[in-house]
Amino acid sequence: MAILIKGGRVVDPANKIDAPMDILVDGGKISRVAANIDIQADSVIDASGKIVAPGMVDMHVHLREPGREDKETVATGTHAAAKGGVTSVLAMPNTIPAMDCPEHVGLLKEIIKRTAKINVFICGTITRDRLGKELSGIEELKKSGVCALSDDGDSVDDDKLMFRALEEAGRAGILTICHCEDKALSGKGVINLGFNSTRLGLRGISNESEYKRIARDIDLAGKAGVPVHIAHVSCRQSIEIIAEAKKKGIRVTCETAPHYFSFTDEALLGYDTNMKMNPPLRSPEDLKEVKKGLKDGIIDAIASDHAPHTENEKDIEFERAAFGKIGLESGLAASVVELIDQSVLTWPEFIQKAALNPSRILGINKGTLSVGADADIMIVDAGKEFVLEKKNIVSKSKNSPFIGRKVKGLVEYTICNGKLVFKA
Amino acid sequence: MMFWSKKDLLGLEYLTQEEILLILDTAESFKEVSSREIKKVPALRGKTAVNLFYEPSTRTRISFEVAAKRLSADVINIATDTSSVRKGETLIDTGKNIQALKADIVIVRHSCSGAANMLARALDISVVNAGDGWHEHPTQALLDIFTLREKLGKIAGLKVTIVGDIAHSRVARSNIWGLTKLGASVTVCAPELLLPAEIEKMKVKATSDIDKALKDADAVNVLRMQFERDENAAFPEQLDYYKKFGITEERLDRAQKGIIVMHPGPINRGIEMSSGVADGDNSVILEQVTNGIAVRMAVLFLVAQAREKIKNGDID
Repeated sequence: MAILIKGGRVVDPANKIDAPMDILVDGGKISRVAANIDIQADSVIDASGKIVAPGMVDMHVHLREPGREDKETVATGTHAAAKGGVTSVLAMPNTIPAMDCPEHVGLLKEIIKRTAKINVFICGTITRDRLGKELSGIEELKKSGVCALSDDGDSVDDDKLMFRALEEAGRAGILTICHCEDKALSGKGVINLGFNSTRLGLRGISNESEYKRIARDIDLAGKAGVPVHIAHVSCRQSIEIIAEAKKKGIRVTCETAPHYFSFTDEALLGYDTNMKMNPPLRSPEDLKEVKKGLKDGIIDAIASDHAPHTENEKDIEFERAAFGKIGLESGLAASVVELIDQSVLTWPEFIQKAALNPSRILGINKGTLSVGADADIMIVDAGKEFVLEKKNIVSKSKNSPFIGRKVKGLVEYTICNGKLVFKA
Repeated sequence: MMFWSKKDLLGLEYLTQEEILLILDTAESFKEVSSREIKKVPALRGKTAVNLFYEPSTRTRISFEVAAKRLSADVINIATDTSSVRKGETLIDTGKNIQALKADIVIVRHSCSGAANMLARALDISVVNAGDGWHEHPTQALLDIFTLREKLGKIAGLKVTIVGDIAHSRVARSNIWGLTKLGASVTVCAPELLLPAEIEKMKVKATSDIDKALKDADAVNVLRMQFERDENAAFPEQLDYYKKFGITEERLDRAQKGIIVMHPGPINRGIEMSSGVADGDNSVILEQVTNGIAVRMAVLFLVAQAREKIKNGDID
């Protein structure tokens, strides 16, 4: 089944392409990229006036299966991804059971094989059941096919254990991803510590609880001589610390999420639980530095931290509501409004952070439109303005902070491994 | 003349200076009702007010009940330890059930900040915040301000000091919003650890020096110290607190003559203030309780009237 995509603006930073081109997809692969392809294909997509780019690679997604199928499943989560132009996700391991051994990974692989609409890569845990007490069998997890390790949702508090984890991961040739939060400092906090937490009468979470743990993890990774990736960076001091480490040659990469460059803690003033997440939405100065960090190249990747929760867990008193929000369907449009339209990133730079860099960080062969590569492609009407509405959300959970927000950039087609998986 | 258009009273942060003054003026006209032989006006006859209290409270609940009854409303008290709340019903479900019973006003007290905001969003009927977490306790601040205005004739230009656990106090927050909107200058005084982050952005001065805080003050509002809270583990010695922050005769002697002393109650004698101060000439503590009725009558009356107008499509 051959697909010919004609006349779009092809943005492929891996090959330094940003020009009008045609793309021929055949046998699940990119078969040709050229200025003008005249060939009989099974289907032809007129992409004139549209952006044609590698499908996004979202390295921070909670698909909730197995265990919390009431929130999301591999089927619904990957459907949401396809709608958002995402063709690969890294599934976080805080499932029930957690992805801490080959048996559990096997269980998830089986579900993925049966129900996933796009590529799902699996992240294993650093410690057994993510309890921070004893290491998972890192070597055997690697063999079972996980492509990174993380205790996401928790940080490994014990310095020695974390150091051993980094060393073992290094030996196994697998990346460690750190959720950086010192819970002794963040405590029972529910929103960013500052004027707005004071105003709302809610317990605060300091920047310090994040950046101190980032500093520790970078320090340990440097000592172990292994790469480390910092998840969901939200505040200015974290970016400074990462910039400093990069300058020193420590192999650290990091990601931020669209909500950290779209909202500040002002968004909490109505106690909207869809704005409750961890790390929390920060101050205007932090938001500014997140954008600057993206522009300066300190922040390598954009990932959603898609965290579905049911209405039962969200439609309750603010301090009792679950942390987290969905993001697979809004990431692109939020980025167009906040980054591209505001000249923070160009389209090639955005694709670099949303597709190419995450692939490189994870060591997966994605995020490019090179001839012979898997045909993972999104076609975007970059100028299309629309309001994100709850009723249009296909994720099983509806906890989006972007509901009601005017955004720009609609995914028209998503192709994954040469197959059309979404059409607007 | 402006009119009241909100179906709810959630906090003083959300009100304009004019709206606060309207409540105070309305309360003034209701105050006289309580001194009549027959303490009742028919303003809310046929209306039902529900006291939904998720936290133990005697004085606020009774004050609202008396206020509603003096307006001729029917009052229902829901104690959450005997209701289906204990069976796991959510706040919104409980609220919707009260609405389905065709009640007109829910008066809610809850330990979670934002609970009243959430309920008001979910319901068409009026919601009055009787204290939510550390967030706001608007009727308490309104009765404090009412009492001050009655005593000193104005609010603008006054210097008011609030002493106590500012970080965890909804009374402090509501007073700060209300007083600053009316042009008073406010100083908050607490041990360092009980001053919340960036409190100065609420346009107040913050200090841990009680004598400095009392100097030149026209009034001091003394908050109840809740040593039972985990957060106050930082201040374990009650006696120590009294030494450093307690309002005593000696401290008042050094302050402005005629300084007004307020307390939202219940008082911990010998912790926040001495008995002599609590019962002394500067104290208006019991007048606050009396004024609470008039202020709550005004609030119930205004929100019920606004909701009626909203229902009839006169305002949206």
